[in-house]
Amino acid sequence: MTVVLPGAALPANTPDPVTVRGIPHRGGEANPSVAALRAQFGAAVGRHEVTWGETTVWIDAARIREIALWLRDDESQQYDYLVDVTAVEHRDTSLPIEMVWHLRSLPYRRFLRIKAALDTTAALDVPSIEPVYKSANWLEREVYDMFGIRFGGHSDLRRILLWESYAEGFPLRKDFPLRGRFSRSEQLSQALSANPEAPYSMEELSVADAFHELPADMRARLLNERTGN
Amino acid sequence: MGLSPATASSKVTYDPPSQDGWVTTRLEFLVNWGRANSLWPMPFGTACCAIEFMATAAARFDLARFGMERLSFSPRQADVLLCAGRVPFKLAPVIRRIYEQMPQPKWVISMGACASSGGMFDNYAVVQGIDTIIPVDVYVPGCPPRPEALLYGIMMLQEKVKQQRSLSNQKQYDEIAIDPTSRLYLPPSRIDELSEPFGNSVHQTRSAP
Repeated sequence: MTVVLPGAALPANTPDPVTVRGIPHRGGEANPSVAALRAQFGAAVGRHEVTWGETTVWIDAARIREIALWLRDDESQQYDYLVDVTAVEHRDTSLPIEMVWHLRSLPYRRFLRIKAALDTTAALDVPSIEPVYKSANWLEREVYDMFGIRFGGHSDLRRILLWESYAEGFPLRKDFPLRGRFSRSEQLSQALSANPEAPYSMEELSVADAFHELPADMRARLLNERTGN
Repeated sequence: MGLSPATASSKVTYDPPSQDGWVTTRLEFLVNWGRANSLWPMPFGTACCAIEFMATAAARFDLARFGMERLSFSPRQADVLLCAGRVPFKLAPVIRRIYEQMPQPKWVISMGACASSGGMFDNYAVVQGIDTIIPVDVYVPGCPPRPEALLYGIMMLQEKVKQQRSLSNQKQYDEIAIDPTSRLYLPPSRIDELSEPFGNSVHQTRSAP
């Protein structure tokens, strides 16, 4: 066995790394949705890359909502599952902050990672895809909480992990000091002044409000259910 | 060697007004004996320490041997707040309120490195020791502490309860005085001192606000 230190050149004739199923590290067959996206949206779709068999495609952030809507509703795509919404800020500050969406098509067994570079000189603003995928609600709130990226058209954009009166900024940004900006006594004083019951909105507390959005069979079952008295 | 003459200080004196009466002392002993052997813990478990606490309460280590088999999941019927695990700032008002809801007399055990000092989580989200929020009686070190360590801490607390002047000293039943503007019970400088970085974390820097 040869030990290769980081940064050193690989010995000659070293085979490229592959997984047990023969999937190469870089290259390989791209997700067919990328070609379909290019045909549909043209210049809004940028480069793509395939890593360990997973396809990443870069798009224009301003058009994410129509792209997500098309990917969800088109018969040849059917991306019915939004796995994750997150963001990346690189340690190299010359690189842009990236938005990341993970989509999965259960009928076609496809996985697609969509990325969009954000201009850090302007306000970080991205269209919300909550109108397309309801599960984006909390995921986008988390991205807003940690990175300060605002989602236009989100129904309830407020902090989700930190409390609402948190005043120190956005903790996952690279310019955020690990211990926070305030002194420990100031942090504790602000935290103790918060009302522990404040994070729960009336929408979250009230199940009845969501009744008309439940599936029909569940509505019928709940209607016939006796309410305790 | 040889015998030295008795000094004045070794003389046994009897001064009843300066001491408590025999009856009060024996009654205090009885009250303390009862309290120490029927402590009801309120487990406030937030992390892996709570798993170790469960092991302590289960059959092998058997917390019931110390009169603690009745875990109180309501602070209204609890004597000991047993904080097991890290406390983030978002939970600080919660643990403060739980402590305030407990009736006197009450004690607090801080279980594990994170509850006692913030542990390795010297970051923007974690309280650097719950003693900055509420007064703590016993600190149990460990990450997480073994059940034996927790039992030792509990026995230390029982020892403390047995030593208390539970009838004559009414000041110990006073609630903590909370500053109405800052909501702190300690001066801010003391909290900053308690939260000083240690170990590897001294290399981190804090930027100006």
